[in-house]
Amino acid sequence: MSVTAETTMEIAREEVSGSSRGYWHEVFRRLRRDPVAMACGTLILLLLAAVILAPWLALQDPVTGSMIQRLKPVGTPGHLLGTDELGRDMLSRLVYGGRLTLLLGLLPVLFAFAIGTALGVFAGYVGGIFNTVIMRVVDIFFAFPSILLAIAISGALGAGIVNSLVSLTIVFIPPITRVAESVTASVRSLEYVDAARISGAGPLTVVRVHVLGNVLSPIFVYATSLTSVSMILAAGLSFLGLGVRPPEPEWGLMLNTLRTAIYIDPLIAALPGVMIFLTSLCLNLLSDGLRSAMNVKD
Amino acid sequence: MTDQQGTDLNASPDRGGPAQPLVIARALKRYFPIRKGLFGRGKGAVQAVDDVSFTVRKGETLGIVGESGCGKSTTARLLVGLADIDSGDLIFDGDKLGATLTHRELWAGVQMVFQDSYASLNPRMTIEDTIAFGPKMRGVAAKQAHAAARDLLARVGLAPERFAGRYPHELSGGQRQRVNIARALAMRPRLIILDEAVSALDKSVEAQVLNLLADLKAEFGLTYVFISHDLNVVRFISDRIMVMYLGEVVEIGPVESLWKKRAHPYTAALFAAMPSMDPDNRTEVPPLAGDPPNPINPPSGCRFHTRCRFAEEVCATMKPAARPVDGEAAHMAACHVLDPRSGHTMAGAPGLETADA
Repeated sequence: MSVTAETTMEIAREEVSGSSRGYWHEVFRRLRRDPVAMACGTLILLLLAAVILAPWLALQDPVTGSMIQRLKPVGTPGHLLGTDELGRDMLSRLVYGGRLTLLLGLLPVLFAFAIGTALGVFAGYVGGIFNTVIMRVVDIFFAFPSILLAIAISGALGAGIVNSLVSLTIVFIPPITRVAESVTASVRSLEYVDAARISGAGPLTVVRVHVLGNVLSPIFVYATSLTSVSMILAAGLSFLGLGVRPPEPEWGLMLNTLRTAIYIDPLIAALPGVMIFLTSLCLNLLSDGLRSAMNVKD
Repeated sequence: MTDQQGTDLNASPDRGGPAQPLVIARALKRYFPIRKGLFGRGKGAVQAVDDVSFTVRKGETLGIVGESGCGKSTTARLLVGLADIDSGDLIFDGDKLGATLTHRELWAGVQMVFQDSYASLNPRMTIEDTIAFGPKMRGVAAKQAHAAARDLLARVGLAPERFAGRYPHELSGGQRQRVNIARALAMRPRLIILDEAVSALDKSVEAQVLNLLADLKAEFGLTYVFISHDLNVVRFISDRIMVMYLGEVVEIGPVESLWKKRAHPYTAALFAAMPSMDPDNRTEVPPLAGDPPNPINPPSGCRFHTRCRFAEEVCATMKPAARPVDGEAAHMAACHVLDPRSGHTMAGAPGLETADA
């Protein structure tokens, strides 16, 4: 019959193209070929490892210092990266400070990713009045620059780690919601969603199986690009005295307290800033690499 | 193979018997409101489908033709329950949608194949998962659903051992459309709506898929509603043809009698626009000038009167009713020329097809 003849034709035509692999397999294969993303990823992983393993790295106490050891330059025996204005070991403070800074960089974005995705996907899929209400409220938040918003919320809530987590989460919900809404609305109009609906699947199943799988990765990539912003904002809040309180080490706060030392030893004073710069740059480049690796079409 | 699937997911039973049309669409209406301004005040509506009535008989293929924007696709989406019906009735094998028939029950009997073969497949799912998804949603055990999916892949001409684990971007357009057909078949429907299902394929692949559709129809006892703008394709596959213009049905009838006599001037113009195979018989004058009128504010009376060369005063004032053509009840057209009492000067004239030959 004609169908069998066609079958052999199709098979012959397909002989060349290789077997199929999973989507994530393909993404990681492409990511591995990107030297910049790999270098940045390695740096981030090293930093994360150092930060997590800080208590076991036999570092000196980051909180207690000695007044006679103040502002020793980089390379002093026993203080590889020198000491700060209160004679505390800089290396130890940078590693321990990274804990809080990274936490304040990652957690708000993670929370905002969860909340913003839920809001955006709901608004984009259901549409109508719900979409209007959610997106117009989001627009109101967009009217304020993110730093101003973070400072305002933190100022209202008061200083502290938890409060700055809350304020940063609120700052990042609107942009993530907006991205989630727009990708969901575009996926919603595709015919495979209609096909899933006429297969009799309920709306929750359609969203879980057919919508989320196709919107999560663009939203995730966008969220990773926000981590560096979040880290800088967190450091900024601490710098202004709205986040972490002394003597707790945190990069933004260290930058603030070391301001006075800038004429005595500019290198020491710049170290926390260098760390913020390097980490956020790496996060940005990594999310860029992830974005292009995830763009697996054809 | 059919029997094996029968144990997995039964096709909805034939309730009304052979005389009961599978689908009766009665005065279907779908307007898309246009919202402007802050509070969404109504500023009119696109009259996508206006007062459309027709039947689909069991086992036939009904072709729907018309130019872009005439309401073909909206009609399809109404039939499959993807768009809400503003007014009118949709009766599937004797059960009225919304009264004795839920959407879920309708979807047990009606499935659809969409035009865009790529957009109608989830890019993150293997084609086997895509085909098995629907039956699983209807309570078929995963193992059976996947076995049935592989059988169907083989049936539509894609070797399962080679294709089952592939993703849509690894297939060609024709292969993807076969997957879409398999996905529709997996639900064991009685009616499949093919909305421009072969229009995006190249000609040789299109012919293969049309043959496949014809084979499947015989094997599974299917009924098709086949929407296309390609008259040759519609002629090949259809038993009856329905011609739509600006959200209305202007003519409906069996393929042979419609091909013999195009009773409505729009049908005649549409057929005249078909490229001729004979170089000595080129189409040199465009049979129809201009764009279709705005469906937000359609012309009064007969909606075609603004472009019709036989238009007279009566056409702009009175809406023509559908009348049998040459006394043949199966062939109906809505034109004043066919009605001797309409007051049109050509009313009762022998026919129009001679006028455009």
